[in-house]
Formats: sequence, structure tokens, C-alpha cells
Amino acid sequence: MAAHAFANPVFDAQRVFRAAMNALSRPGTLQTLDCDIAPPASLPAELAALALTLADHETPLWLDATLAGSREVTDYLRFHTGTPITANPREAHFALVSDPALCPSLHSFARGTPDYPDRSTTMFVHTSRISVGDGLILSGPGIRGTATMSIDPLPPAFAREWIANRALFPCGVDVLFTANGMVTGLPRTTMMEAR
Amino acid sequence: MNEHAQATGYNFAYLDEQTKRMIRRAILKGIAIPGYQVPFASREMPMPYGWGTGGVQVTAAILGPDDVLKVIDQGSDDTTNAVSIRKFFARTAGVATTTKTVEATVIQTRHRVPETALRSDQVLVYQVPIPEPLRYLEPRETETRKLHALGEYGLMHVKLYEDIARHGHVATTYAYPVEVAGRYVMDPSPVPKFDNPKIDDCEALQLFGAGREKRIYAVPPHTKVRSLDFEDHPFRVQTFKDPCALCAAEGVYLDEVVLDDRGGRMFVCSDTDYCEERREAGHRGHLAGDDPLSPVGRGRVAEGDRVREEHKSDSASPSPRPSPHRGEGEEALP
Repeated sequence: MAAHAFANPVFDAQRVFRAAMNALSRPGTLQTLDCDIAPPASLPAELAALALTLADHETPLWLDATLAGSREVTDYLRFHTGTPITANPREAHFALVSDPALCPSLHSFARGTPDYPDRSTTMFVHTSRISVGDGLILSGPGIRGTATMSIDPLPPAFAREWIANRALFPCGVDVLFTANGMVTGLPRTTMMEAR
Repeated sequence: MNEHAQATGYNFAYLDEQTKRMIRRAILKGIAIPGYQVPFASREMPMPYGWGTGGVQVTAAILGPDDVLKVIDQGSDDTTNAVSIRKFFARTAGVATTTKTVEATVIQTRHRVPETALRSDQVLVYQVPIPEPLRYLEPRETETRKLHALGEYGLMHVKLYEDIARHGHVATTYAYPVEVAGRYVMDPSPVPKFDNPKIDDCEALQLFGAGREKRIYAVPPHTKVRSLDFEDHPFRVQTFKDPCALCAAEGVYLDEVVLDDRGGRMFVCSDTDYCEERREAGHRGHLAGDDPLSPVGRGRVAEGDRVREEHKSDSASPSPRPSPHRGEGEEALP
């Protein structure tokens, strides 16, 4: 079947946004990404949904090596969102990572400035499995007490880099992890430790 | 295509999709940096500044067809601002509207937090006139931005201290500054300080939109929101001597309603839905009469409108200064 974007752009984008909003405001929970899209084979549908919902001509997008190397993927994203695709992670508003192993260091992305901490990259990372319970202990705004969460696999050295990212607050990057039609959020405020 | 969009000629919920994306991006940044005011490209809306253009844009960006919308204006569901915004979204988005807090999924508010505790499936959207808590202390945006970047809030403590020096207590009663998640000092919008404790560790996501000032900010659920104070002058909320004259509620925020031109007045719940629910459940204040919809009860609505209209012309200006409530008694710890 040919690649297509949202069947119903207004309502699909609204549902995906609410999932992303709930994910970021309630770390440690899973939100369902519910929409009808068919992106090119190498672009996970979850990442495509988030990109179609949030990216446009104002938001340079960074792609990992697999995605950037696929003409279908870049054509699809350019056609449906009008987003400029950048090779420089520092100027990216959004970053799409289709495989955690391909995720560069968090430090390579924009982290904002003390005056404008919002001028940072939001990363969408697709992984194999996300589930509530086990693995990571999360705390911070959006979480009552602590929450437990398993993200498998995490990008290399992520746990260590996340501590450094947290220390940059109010600067830093935010990450949304996706897997199996679900999304979970890791805003820069979340403290994370392995159990 | 949505039938209401076809009927009105506008996109679902009025705003175009590019505008919604821009606002949605600002909302996500606001959630990630609690209390930080995210600049956004606020649009002109079909209503004047000061009537909730910021809140309306935030609501339009998050609203879906299955949402149930409630709009309150200083606690009331039945004043001009609340009625017209509710109608606006009923017309442009076709969403269900309600006056009941428990039925709503999105609640847009002007200057109150509902008395009923909010749930995790609800979003509270505040209309904000001046989002910058330091603005009256430092008019230059370049400077306030630097103060926020440095976490330098000495000015605000000096202001609160000057209140104490002059009045013997902190005299700020609304738009009382708070510190969010231990970092940013934030203006909770001109809610009475009575509502500040409800913003702390709230179950619901709270979003703030300032249309004229072009800022969006957020308090995620379960986030520490501390009202600024001093060890020897701890933060206290208003208390009222008498319970609500209609539903006998205590520990709620009351509005003064003038009854005649001979000094007669009554104090009733500012949250009309809360008051009505209590009366339906059989609670009676000393002026309520026997019937839940007694002439006194109906008269109050009309009377309340007039009083709140006066408040509106007052607080729609950049510097809202509601008159102090005579019914307010001693202040108590929250």
C-alpha cells in the first residue's frame, strides 16, 4: 500500500498531541498513539505520527542515519510537514531516532539557553519495548512520589547522560519514547535511576 | 470534515492547524519547564484582549471532539465571559459543554480554581492578563528574563517585605507569587491567594495562556507549588467569618453580594456550580429559603451578574484591583 499521512489531519493530530501532552505531563505512564497512517517502511508509525503532529516549516528536524539515508522517508516528511531537514543536531527543534543504537549523545542536541530554555530539541526515540514497572525509578514533576518504568533498550550511556541533562535544568532536552503504538515522556525535570 | 466546521466556515475549534501546532509546541515546552513562560505567536481572536484570548487559544489547541468543556469567570458559569466562550466552542468545535465541574474534561477559568477537587483526566486552562510576576517591579523584559535565568527573585521578596513593613502582614491577596518545582517564580494569574494551595500537587494538568502578552506556561500534575513567604510571616489564605448564605459551605471562597441600598449584603460561594450542587444535596444557608430554586436563589444569579460585571470592568485592565472583601476575617494557615 502506498504511504499516506493522517487520514483525518485535524482529529488525528489532536489525538496524537493529547497523547504526547499527557505523556510529558505524566512521566511513568503509557499513552496510546491512535491514528491511521502508513509511513514508508523504515519510519516507525509512532515517530511519523509525532512528526506529522508537531513539525512544520518552522521546526528544523534531525534524522538518524537510517532515516536520513532513506529517500522515501525524507520525501514523506518534507511533503507532509514542509519541515526543513537538518544534519546539525544543534539547530534541530525535533529529532527522530528510529533505533536507540543510532542515538547520538544527548549533548549534541540543542539544550536551550538560560534566557530561553525552551529553544531546545525534543527527541522522539523509537525503541522495542516500553512498559510500566521494573527497571527505572522516576520522580519529579508529574509523578506522585515515584513511578517505575522499563524502556528497553535505552540509547547507549543514556542513564549517565540523563543525569547530566537533568543537572542542566532549566536547560536540557526532552525525550518521548515510543514502542508498539504507545508513547511515554521523559521531560528534563524527571529524575531517573536504575533499580 | 466536522459538521460544525462546515457550518461556521472555520476549522475545528476556530484556529487553523499551523497555529494549533505552534501552540501545542509551546504547551509541551511549558510542561517540560514548569513555571517558565514560553513565548508564542499569539493570534488575534474574535474577542478583545483581556477577555481570555490566551486561554481560548490554549483551549482551542488541546480541544478534541469528545471533550466536555466548562468555562468559569471568577467561579461563575453564568457571566458574560463564561457564557460567550462556551458558546464560541460549542459553535466552532461542536463540543459538549457543561457547568458541572465533575463532568468537564477541559475547564477554562478566569481567576478561580474550582472548589471541587480536580481529577487526572481534567485539564485546567487559566486566562492570564499579565504573566510576568516581576513586571510591576521591573518593566524591562530583557531584565526580567535575566532575573528568571539567574533565579534571582530578591525583588519579589523585597516587595512582600515592604507589605509587612507597611501593613504588618503580606497584603497581597490575589496573583500571589508562587515558586514552581523549586525553580521559577510564577504568577498564578489573578486567582485569590485562597486558591494557591489548590494549585500545589494538583491531580490535573494546569495550563496558562496570556494572549496579549504572548506567553504560555504550565504546572504539571503533582508539582510542588509554594507560595512565597517568610519564616516569621508564613503564607496564609483568607477565611470568612460566616458560611455561604445559600448553601452554608465553609472553607470556600465567598463573593460579597449587595442586596439593597441600605447596606444589606450577603456572602455566597464564588463557585456557582459548587454552591448549586450543595443546595441540590439539601444544604441550606440562612438566606436560601426552602426550595432549591427559590426566588432568593434565582435572584442571586441576577444580582451576582451585576456585581461580577463591576469586577470585570475593574480587572480587565492590566492591573486588576478587586475591592477587598469586607467579609474576610482573620487569615488562617492553608
